Amino acid sequence: MNRLTIHAGRVIDPANNLDGIQDVFIENGRILTLGAPPEGFTPDQVIDAQGCIVCPGLIDLAARIREPGAEHKADIASECQAAVAAGITTLCIPPDSDPVVDTPAVVELIQHRAAQAGGARIVILGALSKDLRHQTLSEMAELKAAGCVGISDGGRPVSDSAFLRHAMDYASTFDLPVHLTPVDPALGANGCAHDGMVATRLGLPGIPVATETAALARDLALFEETGARGHIGRLSSARALTQLLHAKQLALPVSCDVSTHHLHLTEMDLLGYNSDCNVLPPLRTQLDRDQLRKALKTDVIDAICSDHQPHDVDAKQAPFCAAEPGISALESFLPLALRMHDEHQLALPALIAKITATPARILGIEYGQLSPGTIADIVIFDPNEEWTLNTDTLLSRGKNSPFAGWSLKGRVRFTLLDGQIKYRHDV
Amino acid sequence: MSQVPQVNNQGHLKHFLTIEGLDRSLLTRILDIAESFSGVTTQPIKKIPLLRGKTVANLFFESSTRTRTTFELAAKRLSADVLNIALASSATTKGESLLDTLRNLQAMQIDMFVVRHSQSGAAHFIAENVAPHVSVINAGDGRHAHPTQALLDMFTIRRHKTGFDGLIVAIVGDILHSRVARSQIHALSNLGTGEIRVIAPKTLLPTQVENLGVRVFHDLASGLKDADVVMMLRLQKERMEGGLLPSEHEYFQHFGLTEERLSSAKPDVMVMHPGPINRGVEMASEVADGPRSVILEQVTYGIAVRMAVMSLVIQPSDGVIA
Repeated sequence: MNRLTIHAGRVIDPANNLDGIQDVFIENGRILTLGAPPEGFTPDQVIDAQGCIVCPGLIDLAARIREPGAEHKADIASECQAAVAAGITTLCIPPDSDPVVDTPAVVELIQHRAAQAGGARIVILGALSKDLRHQTLSEMAELKAAGCVGISDGGRPVSDSAFLRHAMDYASTFDLPVHLTPVDPALGANGCAHDGMVATRLGLPGIPVATETAALARDLALFEETGARGHIGRLSSARALTQLLHAKQLALPVSCDVSTHHLHLTEMDLLGYNSDCNVLPPLRTQLDRDQLRKALKTDVIDAICSDHQPHDVDAKQAPFCAAEPGISALESFLPLALRMHDEHQLALPALIAKITATPARILGIEYGQLSPGTIADIVIFDPNEEWTLNTDTLLSRGKNSPFAGWSLKGRVRFTLLDGQIKYRHDV
Repeated sequence: MSQVPQVNNQGHLKHFLTIEGLDRSLLTRILDIAESFSGVTTQPIKKIPLLRGKTVANLFFESSTRTRTTFELAAKRLSADVLNIALASSATTKGESLLDTLRNLQAMQIDMFVVRHSQSGAAHFIAENVAPHVSVINAGDGRHAHPTQALLDMFTIRRHKTGFDGLIVAIVGDILHSRVARSQIHALSNLGTGEIRVIAPKTLLPTQVENLGVRVFHDLASGLKDADVVMMLRLQKERMEGGLLPSEHEYFQHFGLTEERLSSAKPDVMVMHPGPINRGVEMASEVADGPRSVILEQVTYGIAVRMAVMSLVIQPSDGVIA
């Protein structure tokens, strides 16, 4: 018997509409009950959570962990450890590893390494096509049987619309959701910055908003026609939100997310050629950022992800466009999400839903809730502790963060996986 | 990554990366110093010892003839030792990173890098990564900036016109891909030019170019009206492949500069071009070789202007310059 009590924290469990100070009782890795202790419950350990928020472990819809294929940047062990330190108990990884996740063997390899690493859980999106070349469909039923929770373009856009339509039809045959990142590969090819004032001043090849909206219009039209379930990842523009609002009014089974960096950075952050701000989709205007923030409140955007992309030092040590895109984002994920509550009036339970219950629902996984009987993946964090992000102390092997030096609010105290303490930060 | 200022806190030029942000007095001072050097270049003994004992490396990741040659001459006339390193055909094609190339060259005790690179921001990147005593001069980075070209253009204008305040200057051609145009716009703007115009088809204009402080024209006749200065840009042949233009023929018909079209400008209009010229594409030979062309003067002045910039960045106290 392994019994644990989390005492007197503010428990927020959006899946069950709970928000209040109460105790959580855990037995054998599962939630036993909340509120009053069950009769005869004697805990082996009590975590004092006064002043802290207790919620389901965070679920990150998009994180690259670089293994297999790019272990010089990061590996499963390093990133899964960094994730639990950041309160993230489940990482959803896209299939664009090397080799890509297009066979059960690669799924098994990743799952095996993750189990050995003992950090965050990994759920995997299978490749939509063999080798992500979008010429032959992947063996989706096999991938599903191996544990994949959806299929994805892996950030490599499908230019052949007929192929994408077939992929949606085939995926929905096996009830697999289709995860896409809307990019028209020809519009803004070779671009590396939002096609706007800053790109013009810095002389950077631009990526217009239509790169996103043209692809999104096509994707939504195909979702509508096929009836497939889908998820649109990493929105960057205000105009895309209008399209998604329309899709939601049509009740299409399509969800979407935004990364924490698109909520807090804009094209202005590129001035000085800060290569840590080279990301795809690009950071856009202040208006875009403000509309993305607003769309979280109106639930046009369902979820927030980290879009974690750790890099080796060399990948960013280059002139802006020659640097590789992406941000090492796991460890700034929670505080940057919390900023939406602290500074932008998003209610805390609604915010927490967007990083726990909603991503769990999108992925069709059982985590992201504190219901009795479910697996006890829990994060306990102090929402008021301030700290400064120092890239030297990041646990992720990727030190590429434009938030270096930022003062962040909200720090993880405990992360529990299967009811076991996997990370603790004592004050 | 931190932003490296090109002007230090004493107001001295440490690097020369872009015209943007350099005020009128500093630009005027550089032009004045260039004026004092222009005498040197016509004397029988064309050397002064300001950079004696210093080593200047011309680091050209893109090929160039006139810019590299004028930088080389400028450095030599200041008595520096000059290394020409053509990287377009060297280490970088063997997979060496830009930073490794830079570190290796720095180990050779270079005092100044003159850099040309196809990536916008490359000169900034190099300036951020050199040792504190090393200066960097941008000889063209991607579409971003070519500040010495813009300065020599300003020098040429100043030689012919009394001031910038009342001038109408039209820049014609491929603004989108042009580092020269961006630097010219900043230079003209910071020197207080009366009106700056850009004339191009929409496919060759960057997004929100008007925010750089220019009036936009898509028609050569109206854009050239009453212009005091016409600055032509080179049109690369690649533009026909990407769907930006249908043909050189149609481009010349609508945006090519001819004597006839020039007649709507002021009678004493001056015609400039950073070279190399595509005759019959962006301009007719009659204009390029005509009485209002100052294109070869631009090349000559390039040496004095680059001497001025080099002497300022390498000796920020600039007390030695009379």
